[in-house]
Parts: sequence; C-alpha cells; structure tokens
Amino acid sequence: MISLDELKALRDKSKAEISIREKGHLAGSNLDFYRSHVLVCAGTGCTSSESLEVRNGLKEELTRLNIDKEVKVVETGCFGFCSLGPILVVYPEGTFYCLVTPEDVKEIAEEHLLKGNIVTRLLYSEPGTDKKVSDFESIDFFSHQKRVALRNCGGINPEKVEEYIAHDGYFALAKVLKEMTQEQLIEELKKSGLRGRGGGGFPAGLKWQFAHKTPGDIKYVVCNADEGDPGAFMDRSVLEGDPHSIIEAMAIAGYAIGSEQGYIYIRAEYPIAVHRLEVAIGQAREFGLLGQNIFGTGFNFDLDIRLGAGAFVCGEETALLTSIEGHRGEPRPRPPFPAVEGLWRKPTLLNNVETYANVPAIILKGADWFASIGTEKSKGTKVFALAGKINNIGLIEVPMGTPLRTIIYDIGGGIPNGKKFKAAQTGGPSGGCIPAHLIDTEIDYDNLIALGSMMGSGGLIVMDETDCMVDIAKFFLEFTQEESCGKCSPCRIGTKRMLEILEKITKGKGTPDDITQLETLARTVKNSSLCGLGQTAPNPVLSTLKYFRDEYEAHINEKRCPAGVCQELLNFSIIAEKCKGCSVCAKVCPVGAISGVVKEPYVIDSEKCIKCGACMEKCKFGAIVKE
Amino acid sequence: MVSLKINGQIVNVPEETTILEAARMLEIEIPTFCHDPRLKPHGTCRICVVEVEKARSLQTACSTPVFEGMNVWTESDLVVEARKEIINLLLSNHPLDCLTCDKSGNCTLQYLCQKYNITGSTYVGERSTYEIDVSNPFYSVDLNKCILCRKCVLVCSELQCTDAIGLVERGFASHVTPPFEKNIEESTCVSCGNCVAVCPTGALVPKRKEKFSYGELKTVQTTCPYCGVGCQMELMVKGNKVVEIKPAFKVPNDGLLCVKGRFGYNFINHPDRLKNPLIKKNGVFEEATWDEAYQLIAEKIIETKEKFGSDALAGLSSARCTNEENYLMQKLFRAVVGTNNIDHCARLCHASTVAGLANTLGSGAMTNSIAEALLADVIFVTGSNTTETHPVIGAKIRQAIRKNGAKLIVAEPRRIDLANDADVFLQIKPGSNVALMNGLIKVILDEGLYDEEFVNSRTEDFNKLKEVIADFSVEQAAQICDVSVEDIKKAARIYAGGKRGAIYYAMGITQHSSGTEHVMSISNLALLCGNIGKEGAGVNPLRGQNNVQGACDVGALPNVYPGYQRVNDPVNQEKFEKAWGVKLSDNVGLTLSDILDQAVGIKLLYIMGENPMISDPDINHVQKTLENLDFLVVQDIFLTETAQFADVVLPAVSFAEKDGTFTNTERRVQLVRKAIEPKDNAKPDWVIIMEIMNRLGYLANYQHPQEIMEEIAQLTPQYGGINYYRISEEGLQWPCPNTEHPGTKYLHQKHFTRGKGLFMPISYREPAETPNAEYPLILTTGRILYQYHTRTMTGKEEGLNQKAPESYIEISPKTADALSINDGEMIRVASRRGNIITKAKVVDIVNDNVVFMPFHYAEGAANILTNKALDEHCKIPELKVCAVKIEKV
Repeated sequence: MISLDELKALRDKSKAEISIREKGHLAGSNLDFYRSHVLVCAGTGCTSSESLEVRNGLKEELTRLNIDKEVKVVETGCFGFCSLGPILVVYPEGTFYCLVTPEDVKEIAEEHLLKGNIVTRLLYSEPGTDKKVSDFESIDFFSHQKRVALRNCGGINPEKVEEYIAHDGYFALAKVLKEMTQEQLIEELKKSGLRGRGGGGFPAGLKWQFAHKTPGDIKYVVCNADEGDPGAFMDRSVLEGDPHSIIEAMAIAGYAIGSEQGYIYIRAEYPIAVHRLEVAIGQAREFGLLGQNIFGTGFNFDLDIRLGAGAFVCGEETALLTSIEGHRGEPRPRPPFPAVEGLWRKPTLLNNVETYANVPAIILKGADWFASIGTEKSKGTKVFALAGKINNIGLIEVPMGTPLRTIIYDIGGGIPNGKKFKAAQTGGPSGGCIPAHLIDTEIDYDNLIALGSMMGSGGLIVMDETDCMVDIAKFFLEFTQEESCGKCSPCRIGTKRMLEILEKITKGKGTPDDITQLETLARTVKNSSLCGLGQTAPNPVLSTLKYFRDEYEAHINEKRCPAGVCQELLNFSIIAEKCKGCSVCAKVCPVGAISGVVKEPYVIDSEKCIKCGACMEKCKFGAIVKE
Repeated sequence: MVSLKINGQIVNVPEETTILEAARMLEIEIPTFCHDPRLKPHGTCRICVVEVEKARSLQTACSTPVFEGMNVWTESDLVVEARKEIINLLLSNHPLDCLTCDKSGNCTLQYLCQKYNITGSTYVGERSTYEIDVSNPFYSVDLNKCILCRKCVLVCSELQCTDAIGLVERGFASHVTPPFEKNIEESTCVSCGNCVAVCPTGALVPKRKEKFSYGELKTVQTTCPYCGVGCQMELMVKGNKVVEIKPAFKVPNDGLLCVKGRFGYNFINHPDRLKNPLIKKNGVFEEATWDEAYQLIAEKIIETKEKFGSDALAGLSSARCTNEENYLMQKLFRAVVGTNNIDHCARLCHASTVAGLANTLGSGAMTNSIAEALLADVIFVTGSNTTETHPVIGAKIRQAIRKNGAKLIVAEPRRIDLANDADVFLQIKPGSNVALMNGLIKVILDEGLYDEEFVNSRTEDFNKLKEVIADFSVEQAAQICDVSVEDIKKAARIYAGGKRGAIYYAMGITQHSSGTEHVMSISNLALLCGNIGKEGAGVNPLRGQNNVQGACDVGALPNVYPGYQRVNDPVNQEKFEKAWGVKLSDNVGLTLSDILDQAVGIKLLYIMGENPMISDPDINHVQKTLENLDFLVVQDIFLTETAQFADVVLPAVSFAEKDGTFTNTERRVQLVRKAIEPKDNAKPDWVIIMEIMNRLGYLANYQHPQEIMEEIAQLTPQYGGINYYRISEEGLQWPCPNTEHPGTKYLHQKHFTRGKGLFMPISYREPAETPNAEYPLILTTGRILYQYHTRTMTGKEEGLNQKAPESYIEISPKTADALSINDGEMIRVASRRGNIITKAKVVDIVNDNVVFMPFHYAEGAANILTNKALDEHCKIPELKVCAVKIEKV
C-alpha cells in the first residue's frame, strides 16, 4: 500500500524522467536521463498500419547506431490523428512525423536522431497549401483542440503507472479520500456541470447523488466501455492511452456512493484496450491504489473487467447490466433506474469512459475551472470522432459550444477534392444530421437536440454533395435494425419495416404514402420502444425528412436520386458524339448490356443494365454518363 | 398514499403501485400482452403505453410506478396511434387465419384488433416462417403466430422453473425455442402447459380432441382431482363434456398446473365409465338397476351383521372422494353398520405422519402453507420427489431458490431432478432417514447451532434427545446412510443457519416399518432449530391425494371420529351418539392393513373409490383376502382391478359431475363444483351412501353436499367456521373454529396444539427386510409425473400413456453390466413374495445396490414385490424398502 508521501516522491521522480516531453524543455538540460524520447503511437489505428514494426525497426537502428542509451522509444496511446498513422513524435523538439513506414525508420534514426536533421518529407502537409509543419502543437488539427479527457493520450506510456503518476495521477483519489466527504465530492461534481458523455447528457453529479442516497450494503460502480457507434472510438482511445484515469475515476466514484466493487464492461473487439486495462489494474493493485485500505483511509475498492460480445444494445445501460449478470444482453424497463436497482438489483452507478476520464481533472483543477469551459448548460469539452468526407480524419477534443464550422474547416481541414459540404451526422445511428445552412451551430447537448439530432457518444460524420440522404438514412437503419435485440415489438418489427420502406424508396418503388407511413411509424418507434436504441433509431429518418424531404420526393415522384448514389435509379447512357466505338465498355460489361459495331457509337440496353458503373469507369473518352 | 389522475379521474393508491394497477382500480382498461402479475414487469410488448404529462415519451403502464400529482391519459390520440401502429406491426408478421384458428374468441391480438378497428396490416414486408411443432402430445407450437411477448419463456423459467424454452437470435429473427432449436419433445419440457395458459395468441394451443369455439363454452372453477396440492382450475364445458382445462389464478397454484391436472381429463368422458350397477352372477357381471343393487347390498349387510356381528364388516373410504362423501361413509359404518372398521388409503401414505406429529406437535398435518415456500431461506426436501409428485409445490420450491436465493438440501435414494438444484445432495440408502436426522442433530448439538431460546421455552424432553444422540456419531450416520461425513456436516450447518428452514417430506419418510419414528426424528430436527410455529418454516408432509387430508379430517379412520376425536374416549362417543341418534361401538376399528389381511377374517367389505389390487403391498395376499370375502361391494367410476373381485359394483361419478369439498395438503378446504351432469345412471358417491343408509333404515336426507358440510362443521372443531359461502372465493385453512375465524396459515404459532413441542429421541433401526445373498438389491418404489396412483384416471389419457407407457425398473449401469442387462430389455424381478416381468431402464440416478420402480402399473406391478411389514404404531406397510433380485428372462 502506497502512502501519499510515497506517491509524491514517485511523482517527482517520474516527472523528471519525462520532463523532456514538456513544452519549452531545453535539450540536454537534464543529463541524468535520455537526451531524446521518440513516442510511437501504439493505439489500434497506428498498430494496424504497422506502428509496432516501426517501433521494432527503430529500436534496432538505435542499437546499430549505438545511441540506444541516449534515445528512448516510448509506446503511447492514440494521438488522435488516425488517418496519418503510424505517427512518431520526437522530443524534445516535438517533431511530428506521419505515415511512417518501417522503411522510413533508418532515415529518421540516421538523420534526425543521430545528426539532428529533420526529415522533411515525413512531416505533415497542410491541406490546400501543402506547407510542411514540424512542430506537433502548431498543426491546425491539434492547435484548436482543448484536451481534458484525452489529456494524457499520446503523451504517456499507458502501461507504466509511473508516467500516469508523473501527471498527478491518483492525486485526485488521494484528495477525495483524505480531504473530502462523500457529500462534498458529489457537490463538487455537480458544480462542475459535467454531463454524461455517453449520449444522454444526464448530469453526472446528480446521478452520483442518486446512487449515493439509495440505501444499500452492496453497491456497484460500472464503466460503460461498450462503445458501439460506427466510427466512434474515443473510449477505446482513452482506455488505450490513459487507462489509469478510468481506474482512478471509478475508485473516486466508489468512494462517493459507498461501493467497493467496480466492473468495466468493454467489448472484446478492443483487445489492446483490454490488455492495457488488465496491466493497469494489476499495477494499481500492486501499488495499493486498488484493494484494501487505500492510502490508509480504510476505503476499499477493486475492479474487474467484463467482456462484451459486441452487441450494440449492450451500450444501453440496463442491457449492459443484464449482460454482466450473464443473461442475454437486453434492456429492461426504467424505472427502476440503475442507481436504485442496477447490477444484481443493487444500487449501481454507471458512467461511460469519457465521463469518468474527466473526473480526476475536475477534482484536481476544481469545478470552477471545468465549468469555465463550454456553454451555459454544457460544460467542459467533448471528444469527437471526425470521419467521412473530411480531410483530417481522427479524434479531436474541443470545448462544448465550438461551432461546427471550426470543427470542419479549422480542425478538419475542410472537404476533400473541392466538394461542397452537405451535412454532418452527429450521434451516430441514434443521431441526426445538421445541414449545411446550420454550419455555424455551436455544438452542445441542447443545440443538437433542438436540431433533431443528438450528441451521442461523439461520432461526427461529414457528408458532401455526392452523398444521398435517403441512402444515409437507410445505412443507419440497416445498422439499428441489425442491432435491435428483438425484445420490444416497436423496435423489433418497426425498424425492419422502416428499413423496408427506405429500401423500396431507394429502389424507385416508393409511393407518396410511404413518407406518411414512415413518419407515423418513426413516431411510434420513437415514442414507444423500450430502450434508447429503439427510441432513437428513427432519428436519422426523421432528421433527413426534416432537412432533405425534397430528396425523398425526388426518389419517389421522379424516380431520381439527386446525388447519383441509389443504383437502381441511375440510368447509364452513351453520348454518341463522344463515343469512339472502341468496344472497351462492351467488354467490361458483366451482363452484356452494351452492344455496337467497332468504330461506331455503342448503346446500352437499360433493361439489361445492372448499373454497376464498370463501363463508365473504363471509358477513356467520358462518353458514358449516369443520371 | 399517492394521488394521481387517470383520464381526469382522481385515484389514491399506495406508493409503488404501477399505472396499470391504478387504472384497474378505476376499471379503466389498458390492454396488455406481456404483463403477468406474477412476473416482474419486463416491458416487452409496449401495447400498454400511456401518455404521462411531461414525460419525454410514452410510458408503459405495466412498469411505471405512479407519483404524486401524476397525470395519465390512457387513450389519447398519441397513445391510440402508437397502439394501432404496434398492432399493425404485429399483424405484419402474423397470419390472419382467425377463421380457423383454435384461439379465436380467446385471443388478445384479435380482441385488440376489434377494439381498435384494425382489419389487417398496412405493411408488406418479410414474414417469419416456422414449421409448426406438434411433437408434444398435449399442445402445439406455431411460432408464426407468436408475438414474442415472452410470457411463455418467463413462466417456464421463473415460475415453473423448467427452462425448457428460451429465446434465440436477435432482432426480427428472434424467436422462442427449446435449446439448440430442437423440438419441444426433445427438450426438458414437462408438459405442464403453463406456457400455453399465458399465451395471448394462437402460438401455443392445446391439442383438441374435438372442435369447439370459446364462445360456446361454459367455465366452471373447481379443484384438481389429482395430488394433494389442490390446484384451482377451470373446466371448460361444451354441452355435457369437459373439453379443456385451464389453471385458475387463485390460491394455492396461482395459475400453475401440472400435466395431469391440465391435460389428464379424458377419463371424465371416457366410454369405459361405469354406466349402471353391476351384479356378479355365476362369476359374470350383469347390469342391474339401482334398486336391485341396493336391495342386495342391504340384505348382505343385515345378514352378515346378524351372523357375525358388526365388526365382521368393514369399509374402505376414499381419499379421492369429497369430505362430505367420506363423512357419510364413516357415518354409514359407525352409525348404521355399527363398527369403527373404517379406514382409507391414508394408512398407506401418511398414517405415520398423523401418528408421529400428533405425538410430538399435537397435530398431524402440514404445519405451514404452500405459498410460504417462497418465504423460506432454507428448504430441506427428503423422501419426496416433489417436482414429479407435487409438481406445483416443486415449482414453488424452485422459485424460492431462483427468486430469493433460498438454499436447498435434498436427501433421497435417487438423484431426483431437485437434486440438481441442491446446495447439498445426500444420496442416502433407502430407509436410513432416522440415522441421517440423528447425524444432523448431532452436528447441530456439537457445534451449538440450535435455537436455544426456542428449545428452552417451547419444548420438552430436550435432555432425552441429548442422551440418545450422545451415543451416536456423525461417522455412524454417514456409514448407515452411505454418504460422506462432510456432506452431513454441510447440510446441518445450512439447515441450522437458516432463519426460516422448511422441511418437505412425503412417502420416502412415511412408508417404513419405522415410519412413525422417521416422522418424529424430522420433528426433532425442526424443533431443535426452532423451525415450527414460524412463517416460512415448518414440517410439511406433502399429502399424496387430492383429499387424503380431508378424508382423515372427517373421520375416515378407525380410531377417531371426525376432527381426530378418539373413539375410545367416552366423552366423544357420547357426543357423536347424541348427534347421530344411535349407540356407537366401543371398539377401536381395524386399519386398512388389517382389513386386507386374510387372517383377520372380515366377511363383508365395502370399498369406495380405492384400488388396493394395485396400490397395496403384496398384491397376491390382497387378492387372496378379496377372494375369501363373503361379499364385496366396490363403488368406483371404472371397473378397476379391485372391482373385478366385487359381488356388486356401483357406478359413481367423477369430480366434474358433483359438488363437494376437498381439503388439500395445506389444510385448505376448497370447493369442488359440478360442471356436467352425471354420465348415464352413475350417481355421486354421497347420494349412493345416503340411499344405502335409508335402505338400512337410517334416515338420511341431504338435498345437497352443503348440508353435509353443515353437519361436519357442527361436529368437527377444526371445521367449525367452514361453510360453502365462505369458501366460494378461496378456500379456508383449518383450524377454523368459527365463522369469524380467518383460517390458519401456519400451525403452532404461539403454542403447540399439544402445549409444548415434544422431543422423541429415536435410534435408527434397519428396515424389516434387508438384502442378502439371494435378494441382493434394495427395491424402492414411487410415483412418476405422468401417471397417477393406479392409473384409473391417467391411464385413460393417450398423451400420458405415450409419455409413460409401461412399468419399468431403474438399474444402475454397473449393476446392469454385471448381469448383462441392456437398457430396454424385459427382465424378471423377484422378491420373497412374488415375481414380475418389467422393462430395464439403465440410469445413473440410482446407486448400484438400489433399484426403483413406479407402482402405477397393473402389468408388471411393483406391489407384487413389496413388503407388508407394518409399523407397530400406525400400521403403515414398508412399501419403500424390500429386497429383490433381478434376472434376465
């Protein structure tokens, strides 16, 4: 069991070791340690593009060059700029290398690490200007961000508790145990204005208070790490990059409500996160930061991991608890809410990863600091997973209330290929879209709800003019329909029927009545489904109907897909004037729909055509068009 | 209390009430598919959604608790739209074959379509297609009609606790199925039909023997005629025929039934029913008129009485018949024939309970109520295969384990189904219970785990118990019972560690030549731990027949008048002489065991509704006795194995054709209601006895069984407050001394019926017959789920016979191997009393030195083999243990 004094000593020692990564650190100022740190991203994204091979190669090079005692290679969690992985950051300079391949390692080692010359070709190029940027923190993608939940991600080795402690890790736990009563702690959290980051945005402090006030000998603290929104991966990144922050926060929560046991419910598809959590829990136990009598205060708390099998609905809190109990992952009615009757019918506090990640920072820096960030009703920051038709794809954290325009153009670097921004989907399959004319919306919980969307867990998918909104709605419905657990009838049958109607419309078989039917059905599924999955499943339909009704009407009335996406509504034809009669199109057509005489214009039999577009791709003369 | 408004009406309800419950108080209808008050609300179907002011979305009335100032609208536009849309969705995946659907007229989906004026679905989309599963003999499963309300699954897993069905797949593809998508017949399904009873659509329907529509049926609530649980059920009658039975949602079964009660009703309308009295002439039965039959019986009774005296006549009353009929039968023998030679088959089942518990506690009945199983934190089952013999109590025991985490101890010679739920399972040697109880008591005494305060204040002779136990060791107990010392210790600690420990036992305890001692040793254990006179605890003998409790209560016993008033007490004798207006016999009567003993020399025997040619031990001996009688009258609904020996057979009616009362195992007196008219010339037993009384010159004139119950109530202190009016809703549990008394849920609350609880220390003794070189195996017998007693009733149900067609013997694999016997082979089983041919069933649930047979079957009858060695206290024969050998044929 570690004492507070020992923790302080350890912090000071570890801090000195990693101070090289701090801004303004002077090269060679502390000769006791390595002169350079190379941080290699070992998150899921970079790992899958060979960052571990890069790391291994680098280590070999350092040994070969005999500078392995001078330069240290550190594996970190995710930096967030996932489309540019593998990512390397070299300290003390803070040089940011991207898209590094194992073949690049030799050059970095010899040029940069041995001779001090930056390898310019591996630096980040600004979209549009192609200007090379060396300094990590000067890149637009990073400079507009404010990192609270992601504060340590990419900055520390997540498998070394010492590096977490160097960043004041576990001091928040020490503070609450030694200085605060349960009531004071809950009050502080309420004052901070922290709201649940899993989607609902329920005030966290209030939730803690409910769980605290419900009488019970046995209570549980649960972390929802069953991140399921397609494209959202902030929770994974926090767990991969800073697992101790979650452990610390859950222990704090345990103290607040009077619980001695926590569970982290995490999907088995996150093997790196699971591994890092296991390592972190082991270290925390070893240091007495989990277990009996923590900091000698008499407070006991321990954690266990429960692996989810990947059902989206298990991200819903009651389904998650049911799954932990060993049953089919299915929701149950609320009330009773988990704070009253949760895991094994005991009072249970359940927050998601990102929510917990904020807690130690709030305790250490104070509720007022946290509340000073964000908007009136949405405090602090929010992590978004930027994806879709946008230049900079990755994970960002910005203050609540940041305008959508800032996110898309300043951080995201705008829309690729000079295309026009059409809409952004927030909240994943449970959310809705924000159309182009509302791009100046300040993103917070309440503004999104007012627009018919929601924050969700923070997925942000950008769409351009080539995206069909009916098709987008269909895409999300396919997902929710597939993920419906089947327990309640509106969701089980309703999402199926909604999808069938959307399929009908995108195939050009829609009738004007279908829109009315869709609206009635969507309303019923939304109003009467058992859990959040069903209640929000119609959102993509409702919000696209709200902002892009004309696209639905075009599909139904004119049998036309304005964005040119819905295959069965497309019509391929050959412009006779442009056709040279080369016969390439006829050769690639898989169904023999194109015929003609060589050197004379060819024709497409639209009855036979399956609208695969292969001919159009092959035509060198631009003679084939779709409409 | 909370005040809220529903559709503008104010209602005040207790906190925790749901909107649905509150609305029902105002008689506001809110439709439901998935709601069942016995289950925790699960909010599956969503049809009960209502609008609650200020709520974000519609709320399900079934699961949402009310709050102060709540404003609810149950049929607002939004609600109606949602309900119609949900029905629309359900119909989009449901066939519209209502015209031919068996469920038509009784289908919630159909009803709601009518209510909301829906004629079909507006959706055209994918439909699920499933093959109809007709594998079960009693019901069929058509998943195409399933709306996935899940009640069947939850009833099966949470109430019946059988887990035969569950859900597989997800989303639109999810459906109900037995494990691995096999058919129902390959699952653990016990055919209780409790899932069928709650299905709101035609997905689960009973297989019909004839066509009917629900609209043309009459429904009559009555009491099940099978085991002693006394389940309430509804007979569905078309014309003069019972065409379906449903469980009633009443005490004590709460909507549950077992396969026999639910589906075993074919006997009522069976063509083999006796239609007219039969008189045997020259060895052949000939139909006769009632007058001829009565005339002959009266002559024979008078003649025998004159020739040999009253005590040469005897009657066997019936645990199958009503209280009123049993009362009249014992009155016929006592007041008209003039003998106390009246007994019934309780002699074969719980005579030792009646004797043993009367001795130690003062009252020989189940101390606590069935529903109290759910209050127990430790349940100890011994000598009872509860899930097969008392299926609904078995289900309640499992509910206690699953819902409340109650601990279970099972001590049985076979690894019965309940053993799989047990915290400790003691596979004891048949007949070793006394040693086990003493072993448990030893551990509890040694470790100081007993309830000292209770022992001091409410019991006597504790020192005697200590003395006897002092000379006994746990090791000895383990050796006698053939179980481990550790398991005995574990069981003792669990039982003594509970706050409310309930013991359930049946024939495995009572049917021994030391049966009374077995019972008293159980009583010792319960007294030691203060588990009597406490809710949720107790010593609970499970009575085997529908009215065996009542038959005892109303005096169908040779030593007591109604209400257990001893015949050899002059005060009692005088009381009954006065009431019946005749001089009564001074002699205590003969027991059934003596009556059927040839050596005793009974000349005339009158058997009402019993079949000793199957049910009694050593059948060969019984046969000789019957053949040697001067005159035998048998009164029954079928020409049973016993009736074949009769001189006169009288056709009686089944439970469905008469009014009366049964008293169930928890002492609850419940109504039996006439649903159909008697078949042909058959008559209710009470009418037959009354008419015979009149023939014998004793005036009896009852217009209705109700009048008989009035007479019983006057003479039987325990029944003093019982009348038909009071028990019309839900029965009353005796003691119920007066009409103000609410009945008694559990006995001995403040003091024991006898004052203090008496410890009766007992040392173990061996069964009367133990294995030797010639007869090396111990045969134990019992009942099975799918047959009842001597199969007079269940044998008439094709489905039950399909499930359990024939006699068999369970043998361990090792024993079978040693004799080269294969599973399914016909083998010979022999005891010192006879031999039979039966089918070998090689199973791993019996020990190598033990074999088991069900006793139901006439062909390969187990009771040819059993031993009629009697318990000296109560004359119960040792049906549970005898020595046999087996050989190939």
